[in-house]
Amino acid sequence: MSDFLRSYLTVGIFGLTGVALVGAFLGLGRIFRPHKPTEAKLEAYESGVDPTGDMWSQANIRYYVFALLFVMFDVEAVFIFPWATRLEVYEVFGLVEMAIFIFILLLGLIYAWRKGVLKWA
Amino acid sequence: MIAAITDPWWFQTTLRVVGGLAAVLLVAGTLVYLHLFKMVSFMQSRLGPMEAGPFGSLQLLAEVGKFIQKEDIFPRKADRFVFAAAPFVVLMSTFLLVVVVPGGPDAWFVDSEIGIYLGMAVSSVSVIGILMAGWGSASKYSLLGGLRATGQLIAYELPLILAVLGVVIQAETMNMQGIVLAQAEGEIFGWGAIGNPYILTQGVAFLVFLVAMQAELTQTPFDMPIAESELVTGYMTEYSGMRFLLFFIGEFATAGVFSAIAAVLFLGGWYIPGIDPTAGIMNVLGPIVLISKVVVLTFIVFWVRFTFPRFREDQLQKLAWKVLIPIALANIVVTGVLKVVF
Repeated sequence: MSDFLRSYLTVGIFGLTGVALVGAFLGLGRIFRPHKPTEAKLEAYESGVDPTGDMWSQANIRYYVFALLFVMFDVEAVFIFPWATRLEVYEVFGLVEMAIFIFILLLGLIYAWRKGVLKWA
Repeated sequence: MIAAITDPWWFQTTLRVVGGLAAVLLVAGTLVYLHLFKMVSFMQSRLGPMEAGPFGSLQLLAEVGKFIQKEDIFPRKADRFVFAAAPFVVLMSTFLLVVVVPGGPDAWFVDSEIGIYLGMAVSSVSVIGILMAGWGSASKYSLLGGLRATGQLIAYELPLILAVLGVVIQAETMNMQGIVLAQAEGEIFGWGAIGNPYILTQGVAFLVFLVAMQAELTQTPFDMPIAESELVTGYMTEYSGMRFLLFFIGEFATAGVFSAIAAVLFLGGWYIPGIDPTAGIMNVLGPIVLISKVVVLTFIVFWVRFTFPRFREDQLQKLAWKVLIPIALANIVVTGVLKVVF
């Protein structure tokens, strides 16, 4: 296996370590903790009164709009990173290209701003 | 199996995993004791824990011992698999994040070419865990808290990433070691005695990073998702005992890891001015230097946490989209122009 893939294997092993740690904690707790479920204990908490209605209620659409905006800028960041490491090579050409790129994406933010989706009214 | 034992790579990796466990758990424990138990106590004119061990230093073990005996409650309507999996995802994200932090010339976990990029990518895995916790609990408070947390974490991830870009432009590499070395070898107008920690040239990015980091850690003033006076504890409401503690551990471990990343990017990481950054002694001194910087940065995080009142949800989103992101974008452009001109 190449060093390149091996470094990702290390990343994977670290992820599994995190999972194993949680498993170990919870497994250890299994020895010590009691298990006495009662009807009232298993109810969802709703300030001490009996919960009413559907728990998975509809959420506000705003969260969806913010998620869309997020995708836009996250993709932008993906493209800027490789550019940022090679700026010295591309010099003015790279700078102008990226300025145009950022400007176009900024238009998206300005559009959202003008449309009022950034306002939490 | 035989090959696995004799292969030096597996030996090294085992060492690194042990180091990573220590880096996550010991640093998280130290931060909780130093800042959450003691510092805040002194800020509030009280002593804090004093009984368990000298100056209450073993209080944490007592806390773990308490939580481990608590009953593990699954709400009846909960989506059991998602509910149970959420703490795993959150802590996994912390461990994936710690791999990018270098502690010395050879004391690193993964020396990846795309270091900081990888870190930014895996740090957002915790968002999924939090959303899973909020959704799986089948509780109104949890769902609201989970959604608020998701909205906040993705909003503040952008300024965080964009602030990092300024550093990447200056260092010309995404490799964390490369960023440390670029700072160690840098010069301030030809004066190279202390290198060039990027806090000097990327001060704006550093401030944006600190604010976004505070929000990513959902610490006050950005603790809308777990606002205890309105949402009980947000997405953690239905969790009890050990599972609750695991979220808590994840929170503080991530605070430490994020501070370590900030220290590497802006404060020079592990290098000491005047010592050759390839010297073997740096593998011992480096982690100590890095942890000192982590303690200072987390001190700021918790100082702010216990000083400021909470942001309202609309103010919170406004700050991210209308203030931090434009500032961070402007910082990228200015840094790029200066880089090309000089």
